[in-house]
Amino acid sequence: MSGKTEIRFAGSGGQGLILAGIILADAAAIYDNKNAVQTQSYGPEARGGSSKSEVVISDAPIEYPKATKIDYMVVLTQESFSKYIFDLRDNGVVIADKELITDFSNAKGKLYMLDMVKSAREELGKLLGLNIIALGALVEISNVVSKETILKALLKRVPKGFEDYNKKALEIGFRLAKEVKNN
Amino acid sequence: MANNIKLMQGNEAIAEGAVIAGCNFFAGYPITPSSEISEYLSVKLPKTGGVFLQMEDEIAALGAVLGASLGGAKAITATSGPGMSLKQEHIGYASMCEIPCVIVNVMRGGPSTGLPTLPSQSDVMQVKWGVHGDHAIIAITPSSVNESLYETVRAFNLSIKYRTPVIILTDEIIGHMREKVIIMEKDSIEILEIKLPSVPPEEYKPYNYLSGKVTPLAPMGEGYRYHVTGLIHGDTGFPSQKTEVIQNAQNWLIDKIYKNVADIEKFEEFQTGDAELLLVAYGSTSRSSRQAVMMARAAGIKAGLFRPITIWPFPEKQIKNLAKRAKIILVPEMNMGQIIFEVQRCACNSAVHGLNIVNGEPITPDQIYDKIKEITK
Repeated sequence: MSGKTEIRFAGSGGQGLILAGIILADAAAIYDNKNAVQTQSYGPEARGGSSKSEVVISDAPIEYPKATKIDYMVVLTQESFSKYIFDLRDNGVVIADKELITDFSNAKGKLYMLDMVKSAREELGKLLGLNIIALGALVEISNVVSKETILKALLKRVPKGFEDYNKKALEIGFRLAKEVKNN
Repeated sequence: MANNIKLMQGNEAIAEGAVIAGCNFFAGYPITPSSEISEYLSVKLPKTGGVFLQMEDEIAALGAVLGASLGGAKAITATSGPGMSLKQEHIGYASMCEIPCVIVNVMRGGPSTGLPTLPSQSDVMQVKWGVHGDHAIIAITPSSVNESLYETVRAFNLSIKYRTPVIILTDEIIGHMREKVIIMEKDSIEILEIKLPSVPPEEYKPYNYLSGKVTPLAPMGEGYRYHVTGLIHGDTGFPSQKTEVIQNAQNWLIDKIYKNVADIEKFEEFQTGDAELLLVAYGSTSRSSRQAVMMARAAGIKAGLFRPITIWPFPEKQIKNLAKRAKIILVPEMNMGQIIFEVQRCACNSAVHGLNIVNGEPITPDQIYDKIKEITK
């Protein structure tokens, strides 16, 4: 990976993907002491619309802060899948939700379909935490940071009283990814 | 470990820099992409005895900041394009009355409401010329989150030292991106405190145009009496239409900044030593430019980057010097061509090219490198 990894979380405003990017960047920059930059792009609306959050992690200083050749992309809406997949590397990896993404007409790279929404509904009782499930899946598949590191960074950002809930969400992500990885 | 390392957003770093500088007053009106500055200070300032005010609009916000500054506060406001247009009237007032203040403009696309969430660098000339009447301005363009923090401290220092508005001219990319910030111990950073005048109150003249030195602005309520008006005024602040007072006042507003350029200027050079192709870039575009310089060097092109950190006053002397060797100059900016005019003025024997991409996306290193290849053919 020539010491540089580019990650994109793509979905719609309100899904918490910007926060997922921040937690990942925090894990890499502060806990792993690498260079990491997190950026985001969204429309003027408070909810809905396509939104993306990108993290560039590198051993060398990062000049241009945005992702240009995506190594890993996590997608949580059909619209963002179609809109943002264009600059995925040919050997890049896409982690997509099984229920939310159904049209693969412009798919590229290696695709992992995970039951993230279904697991959130069944195991967490609501979709709150879907972003953390996605973050867990990304870490399990990419190994850009360790599981211990991402947990530390997550717990730092989680409001008091929601630590166990978020830890559970993260572990669901690890498990779902492990299942598809071994297939 | 003495230094505290954090992952911060550019806007948060500006707010944290303000707190480190001793800022105790914020008034503003939220606007994307600057709102995180007010959000951060709304939490921090009340905890340290400071004041956070959300005003009815941007004009009132700067009015409140100027009032607070006259009362001895270290005061700041933050906005973006549309709000910056509204603030012009009070920026002129601050220049005329020589009231220290820091104004942050996180640039987004314009004109009018333009592109609220997307980046631009199209307010560079507005910052210099938006106010009617002759005056000088100091403006700073940080290019990283870490620099956003330390340049905010410097902005407060300069505003007090020269009794002038100082503008932090950042953009949506630097304002919203997160990267590592090293927060140093407070006692290792130069922080200028507001001083009382060295003369007794009855001898205090706040507008001493001929002394050649900036008289400290005495906080109201400390026994120093003076008048504050946007009309041209004499040494006690009362209006005057005497020709010599008018000329002295006009000279002073320019001279106090331009005769101290060596103290105010700040810039960074990258591989300029033998550069035959010079890039001049600021803010987020300077990051892409730096990467493009490395790409060009790898291809055997002797490229270098000059990056103004203080953008106003413009670093004329440095550009003139670098242009002696660099006969080709490229100015990439996220506007239709603004700083290029300053560069052309300073480098009139060089071929100065612009790269102007204003589509809501940052200019990429590839786009700059392509342009370098085109103009060095």
